[in-house]
Amino acid sequence: MRRIRLGSAVMAACLALALAACGGDDALDSGSQQNQQSSITIGSTNFSEQLILAQMYAAVLEKAGVDVQTRLNLGAREVVFPALEKGDIDLLPEYTGAALSFLDPEATAVEPQEVLTALRSKLEPKSLVALDPTPAEDKDAFAVTKETAEKYNLQKISDLEPVAGQLVIGGPPELKTRPAGLPGLKKLYGIEFKEFKALDAGGPLTVSALKKGDIDVARVFTTQGVIAEEGWVVLQEDKLLEPAQNLIPIGRKDAVTDQISQALNALAPKVTSEELTKLNAQVDIEKKDPETVARDWLTQQGLI
Amino acid sequence: MNVLTDLIQWLTAPEQWSGPDGIPARTVQHLWYSLLAAAIAIVIALPIGIGVGHARRGGLLAINLTNLGRAIPSLGIIILVFTLVGYGVVPIEVALVAIAVPPIVTNSFIGMRSVDPEVREAAQGMGMTGWQLLGRVELPIAMPLVMAGIRTSTVQVVATATLAAYVGLGGLGRYLFDGLPQRDLSQVLGGAVLVAVLSLLTELVLGRVQALVVSKGLAQQSAEAAVGAKVQKAA
Repeated sequence: MRRIRLGSAVMAACLALALAACGGDDALDSGSQQNQQSSITIGSTNFSEQLILAQMYAAVLEKAGVDVQTRLNLGAREVVFPALEKGDIDLLPEYTGAALSFLDPEATAVEPQEVLTALRSKLEPKSLVALDPTPAEDKDAFAVTKETAEKYNLQKISDLEPVAGQLVIGGPPELKTRPAGLPGLKKLYGIEFKEFKALDAGGPLTVSALKKGDIDVARVFTTQGVIAEEGWVVLQEDKLLEPAQNLIPIGRKDAVTDQISQALNALAPKVTSEELTKLNAQVDIEKKDPETVARDWLTQQGLI
Repeated sequence: MNVLTDLIQWLTAPEQWSGPDGIPARTVQHLWYSLLAAAIAIVIALPIGIGVGHARRGGLLAINLTNLGRAIPSLGIIILVFTLVGYGVVPIEVALVAIAVPPIVTNSFIGMRSVDPEVREAAQGMGMTGWQLLGRVELPIAMPLVMAGIRTSTVQVVATATLAAYVGLGGLGRYLFDGLPQRDLSQVLGGAVLVAVLSLLTELVLGRVQALVVSKGLAQQSAEAAVGAKVQKAA
C-alpha cells in the first residue's frame, strides 16, 4: 500500500514537473508580446463536455499569453469545488444552476439571469468569481425512445402524466430525492412512475438501459450526442422545473486577472448549445481526443 | 465527534429499520446477492481445485487462469456485463463470482496437494479406489484449507456486493451510492459500517461452520490453516 502511494506520488510529481515545463515554454514564447504575466491552473470534472470546455479555456488563455496548467478529470463537483476553494485549482467550467444549488441547496431561482445573480452572491463571500456565462445550456432532461414517444404520444413532460404509472424511469441515484428530480415531477406535473432505477448521470448505464428497454424514460443531458444518434425524443419542459444551466467559468478572485477574464469573456458568446452538442458527439461517439476537438473548433472560429 | 453522533443517530433512527429502504430489507438483499455468488463460485471452483489437486497436475494453469477473475476490476466487469445483458442481477453476480473463484481454487488445490504422498500410497495399498481415496482420505485432510478458501471468498464477496447498487440494484451499497451525491455523510458512513459488520459476521459464522465440518483429528492443523487463510487474504 505504502509503496503504491509513494509510486503515485512520484508519478504525480513528475507529471507536475512536466506540466510546469510545458507551461514554461509557452510562457517564454508569448512573454515577448505581453508585459503582464499571469498564471492559472484549470481544473475540470470527468466527462467529455467538461474536458472540452477546460481545453478551450486552456487554449484561449495560452493564446493570450497566460501561463496555463491543467488538472483535469478530477471527479464530481463534490471533489472539484473544494479544490477550487482551497486553491489547488484556480478556474473551472461550471453550470450556473448546478453550481448554485451546490452552494445553496435551498435556492429557488430558475430563470437564467435570476440564477446568475444568485450564484454570484453566493460566490462573493468565498472570494470566487463567475465570468460571463455562455449561451450554451446543458440541462437535465427526460428522454424516451422514438417508439415509446409514438406509442404514448409523448412530446412534453406533462404528456407523461396519464401513462407514467406504466413506465420505469432511470437516472442517477440523487434523482429520487432532488427537488428537481422525482419530487419535482410529482409536485409540478403530478407524475409518478411505476419504478425508479438508480443508474448513472447520463452515462453508459442509463444509455444502455434505455437502448435495451430496461427503462422507458431516461434522465439525460440536453447536449449529449447520443440523443441525436439514437433518435431519442427529449420531452419539452412545459413547466419550469430545472434552473437554467448556462456554462460559465468560475475562478478564484486572486487568480483571475483582467487579462484572463477578457480572454474568456471573448470566448463565451461563441459557445452555443448547438456547437457544444456537436463537439460532445465528436468525443463521445467519434471517440476523438477532447483537446484536439477543442483546439480544432477554436481554430475554425478564429479564436486561436 | 459530530460525525460520530450523526452516524449513531442515522443507525438508530426507527425509519431506518423498516420498509423497503430499511436496513433489514437491504441486508437481506445484500446477503442474497452474496450467497448466490458464493454458491455459484463453490460449484465452479471446488471441482477445479479438488480435481487438479487430486490429479496433481495442471494446478499452476488452473490457478493462473482463475486468477484472471481477480485481475479485472469488479466495476469494469459490472459495467461491461450490464451493457451486454442489461438490468438485473447478472452483472453483479458475474463480477462477484469472478472474485470468489480464485481463492477457492487455490486453497483447495493447495489443501489437496498438502496430503502426504505416503498417506495416499498407504490408502492405495489398502485397496482404495480413486474416489474412495478422494472422499475418505484427501478431502478430509484438505478440508481446513478448502474451508479457508471459501471463507476468504465469501467475506470478499459480501464486501464487494456493495457494488450491486451501482447498477440500480438494492443491498447495503444503496446507502453509499445514494448518500454520496446527496452529500449525506452519515448515510454513507452508516452503509460502510453495515457492510463491514456484515462481512465480519460472515467470517465468524463460516468459522463455526468450518469447526463443524473439519475432522476433530485435524483440529490442530485447522488452527494452522487459519493462519494460512490470513496469508491468502494478505496476498
